Amino acid sequence: MNGSSRLLIFGGMSLAAFGMLYGLHYAALVEHQTLDHLGGSLTQAFQHAANDQPELASRALETYRQTKYDYVRQVDAHSHWIGLAMIMIVLGAVFERVHFAERTRQLIAFALLAGSAIFPLSVILQTYHHDATGLKALAVGSSGLVIAALAATAWGFARANRERLTTND
Amino acid sequence: MSARRLLVFGGIALIASGMLFGDIFAVFVLHQNAGKQGDALILASAAVAAGDPAPVGQAFSELGGLLEDRGTKVDAHVHAIGAGYLALLLALVQPCVVLGPATKKRLAALFLIGGTFLPIGIFTIHYVGLAYSPFSSIGWASVVADTAGALLIVVLTVEAWGFRKYLRTRELTEAALPDDDDSPRRALLSGGAILILLGFLHGAWYAGTYLYQHERMETDILRNMISDASANDVPGAVGRVTEFGNLAGARAVNIAAHSHIIEFGLLAMLLAFVQPFVFLSEKWKRRWTQILLAGSVILPVFVLLELRLGLLAGGIADLGGLMVIVALLGMLVGVLRYTGTLDATRGTA
Repeated sequence: MNGSSRLLIFGGMSLAAFGMLYGLHYAALVEHQTLDHLGGSLTQAFQHAANDQPELASRALETYRQTKYDYVRQVDAHSHWIGLAMIMIVLGAVFERVHFAERTRQLIAFALLAGSAIFPLSVILQTYHHDATGLKALAVGSSGLVIAALAATAWGFARANRERLTTND
Repeated sequence: MSARRLLVFGGIALIASGMLFGDIFAVFVLHQNAGKQGDALILASAAVAAGDPAPVGQAFSELGGLLEDRGTKVDAHVHAIGAGYLALLLALVQPCVVLGPATKKRLAALFLIGGTFLPIGIFTIHYVGLAYSPFSSIGWASVVADTAGALLIVVLTVEAWGFRKYLRTRELTEAALPDDDDSPRRALLSGGAILILLGFLHGAWYAGTYLYQHERMETDILRNMISDASANDVPGAVGRVTEFGNLAGARAVNIAAHSHIIEFGLLAMLLAFVQPFVFLSEKWKRRWTQILLAGSVILPVFVLLELRLGLLAGGIADLGGLMVIVALLGMLVGVLRYTGTLDATRGTA
């Protein structure tokens, strides 16, 4: 097993464990309270409206919006960390079939690891700084890094096939 | 039975059962649940129009129950498949995990126990609720699910520790998986990589184009719904409920298409590794591979088309899911036949 495969497998396993640990912490300590808050604020918005209190209704709706914004991102970050980690482990097991020089493979593996770790992190950080342009840019950049690395991997697989066909001819 | 064989069997069984559960859920629960959510919102809007706050609480309590019902079923489906994928991944890296055979086997059994009880715990959250629970907001079903999740983390951590030991010794503890290079394996590997890439591109396109727009639209529609109901315009509020449902549908199909195409890509790649164990003729291996890849494209594409074609597309998407399940079971039969031979040859059965 070469260095790029080791980086992907060990990095993927660590990222999966971290993503699960984060999910466990979130499910046990935060999620239930967040869901209660989410439902409660929407209920309050309608109840205030029924009591002819539009200001309070609007405020409750804003609380709902902010809570939902955070909830969606917390859950997405958890699932993306684990999902990307699994892809990394699978790719790690077949990375020697990516027909590039080992140095290039290491670069691709590092890009996958960095993108897979940073992308969900930048999504979580958005819950502390709503709509922060810098964090959005970080999310776009890191997800772009993952896509580019995967495209390079697919290209590497295709190169292998082409070489095999040439050999067969 | 060796740890690797246990993980391969358990992993495929978890994935197949999780997918079957997802298909049943999509056909019998999903759309009906969405319709009831709309009814609850109409009830709440009517209460606002009547200036009576009491039914609002009742309507949202009902809505909360419906969302929990839907959410726990989706989560059970996702976690069963996720645990199955992880089991297959662990099976692949077993030769590189430097631990004793008995410890490995015990870890594999613990992982499968955790992987089985995690979705069961999540599924029962809606039905068990807070009955007999000593906690204020966490029921016994959640405790079961969280404990099962913790078990998976412990196993994964010990496996990572074993892998770390391999990095020092560089000695495989058992024979590596056969490195055959037949056409079904190549098709699954390259097809899987393409599916994952398509899923990533779709996710990036959705996040860049619609994610923030849809988030803003949700609050705007709710605000308009309350405003119409406050002005005693019940038909207007009902129209907003329809808008809300359409928006929820648009978000759901995009997220489902994104996650399913990536999951199927990952599944295809994992099955590429298992191909040397699939004891079927080349012709049948090719057929199952074609059916699996075709279903993997049909399901997400027709999930996306549900917004335009309605239930017809939904039905075709379910058929795509069924194709993947059938192909998976076909391969499982081959795996069962082959692994028995392998273990018998090595004298480990």
